[in-house]
Amino acid sequence: MQLLEFQAKELFREYGINLLDSMSSTNIEEGRKHAKELGYPFVIKIQVPVGGRGKAGGIQKCQNDDEFELKYPQVMDLTIKGEKARAILLEKMADIKKELYLSLFLNRSKRCYTIIASVEGGVEIESVKNQIIKEIGLGEVSDELAKEVAKEMELEGKTADGFIDTLKKLSKLTIEKEAELVEINPLAIMQDNSIVALDGKFVTDDNSNFRHDELQKYQEKTEIEERAEKSGFSLVELDGNIAVVGNGAGLVMATLDMLSDNGGKPACFLDVGGGATTESVYEALTLISELDRVKGILVNLYGGIVKTTVVAEAFLKAYENNLIDLPVFSRLKGTESEKATEMLKGSRTKIFTTVEDAINAAVMGVKN
Amino acid sequence: MTDIFELLKGSPGDSDYEKKGVIVQGITGAYGSLHASNMISYGTNVVAGVTPGKGGQKFDDTVPIYNTMHEAVDATSAKISIMFVPAKFFLGAAKEAINAGIKLLVAIPEHVPIRDTMEALELAKQKGAVIIGPNTPGIMIPELIKIGIMPSMPFKAGRIAVLSKSGTLLYEISDALTNAGFGQSITIGIGGDPVNGTRLIDAFEMVKDIPNLEGMVVVGEIGGDSEEILAQQIMDSGFNKPTVAYIAGRAAPKEKRMGHAGAIVMGTYGSAESKVSMFNKANIPVAKRPTEVPVLLAGKMEKSD
Repeated sequence: MQLLEFQAKELFREYGINLLDSMSSTNIEEGRKHAKELGYPFVIKIQVPVGGRGKAGGIQKCQNDDEFELKYPQVMDLTIKGEKARAILLEKMADIKKELYLSLFLNRSKRCYTIIASVEGGVEIESVKNQIIKEIGLGEVSDELAKEVAKEMELEGKTADGFIDTLKKLSKLTIEKEAELVEINPLAIMQDNSIVALDGKFVTDDNSNFRHDELQKYQEKTEIEERAEKSGFSLVELDGNIAVVGNGAGLVMATLDMLSDNGGKPACFLDVGGGATTESVYEALTLISELDRVKGILVNLYGGIVKTTVVAEAFLKAYENNLIDLPVFSRLKGTESEKATEMLKGSRTKIFTTVEDAINAAVMGVKN
Repeated sequence: MTDIFELLKGSPGDSDYEKKGVIVQGITGAYGSLHASNMISYGTNVVAGVTPGKGGQKFDDTVPIYNTMHEAVDATSAKISIMFVPAKFFLGAAKEAINAGIKLLVAIPEHVPIRDTMEALELAKQKGAVIIGPNTPGIMIPELIKIGIMPSMPFKAGRIAVLSKSGTLLYEISDALTNAGFGQSITIGIGGDPVNGTRLIDAFEMVKDIPNLEGMVVVGEIGGDSEEILAQQIMDSGFNKPTVAYIAGRAAPKEKRMGHAGAIVMGTYGSAESKVSMFNKANIPVAKRPTEVPVLLAGKMEKSD
């Protein structure tokens, strides 16, 4: 899960990392109160769990009431990379001398936490120059190492002290919360040489959620995602019109790719898990039936151990209960597939021997 | 480097040659018992099961169950275990297995916290053990030994090594290979987690010197940079067996986790483009569809003849 900026900053504040005054709101009335409390000038920042906000116009300077009344609703209405605003953060304007970059992330190939720091921050990580990279194992950053990084960045005096302090606090936070990535970009050197985190990105390891009740309040799931999770599914909503269902994340991704290659637009990614049962496939169909944009369902199951007849039963039950009236294009590989095909004869589920055929039929089917 | 064939098969002359003992951790659970039975049917020599509190009982009237890994290893001298426990018990079970002397641990559970995987790996390193997974379908030498949850049907003995991050794609692509006449010498499920006990490069090291190896298939997916590192390693090592790759997730949106904990693109880190371009640089063709893999492999073989 990627936290919103204001949520990441709540954690930063808890760990004593320097921040500017800021307040988050979800409507303009609330925002007006915050504007009064903070005082102009401030920055209006959209809260979405994706990057690239600045470029998309999601960060706007605000000097007075007129600007506020104009810009707050504008920013609130933005959709960035398919994500609508979850909140608006008002943050005091800063008098910045220089923008640095600092992150700690879980290095997947090296299997340890790694620091990336640079004196040239404020741009996306791919464009950050002169990166200083340090692998740090599984423990917190030591005093010596933090000093070494500051030295390599050629920071001095109060700035160096502030940086060292921030790095150590950030590392404590990262380790204690088992984050996959924590990034401050930009980390600013202010006119008075103090160090302040201007932005915050925080990605959790969701598999460690059971140890972190304190992070649960940040979970932002749609009702449908929550139900999918309860059933042990992985669901990612997409904006097309063909729902893609399969067993196994790799197989469903491969099906999305092939569908897109053939001009189809996926409405969702739904992995029912390695196995598939009558119940799980029925529940998957129930979830999909509630997505309005769906015009057809593409099912790609590789049932190695699963009998395909078990899956066919789910389709039949779904029709019997009037759960779905959408066409289903299905490729069921596995044991008893002939029997499954026989069972589904005359129903709205069309069975294909290859996934390519099922995809072509689905793309044609939703067009008509 | 671990000699994976020595672990899985042994050497001619060993009393347990081609029937290495395997212990099943969590053998009495629904999942564990189903797959223990499937492995036994496949010919895997399952010598013991472990379920705390069920010591003294027998699985399927034949396989003795022990309360702890120490007891099971003492009684059987097995060096291999496969684990079916809930993710939150992975670390405890992994430590118990490795401390008991297990040298190859196949970890099936999905949703293991990354930190637990990393801790288990530190211990494995100290003790000279190999972890495959977590979140893996397992490892097999077709028609000889299966330590995992994969169905038997797609696989056939042969001379192609298949390394895969995904379970169902491993089945799908092995199936396509088998149908095209390409049997498999070994298949290794890497797992779909961000941190893998055996990374793609580790698996490559395990298979690259197999005598009579005729080719290699790499099934990758978005997330991380293990495919890129593998492509570099293939170039650096001068490995010249025909190799084909497949990468899932080209159409996936950025910054969304696509089912597997590890399948997420952050910026350009983990993108399909980055992986495909590295494989291309290493002169490894990347299939657009699973069924294209055997076609490309046959093409590479023709060229190398």
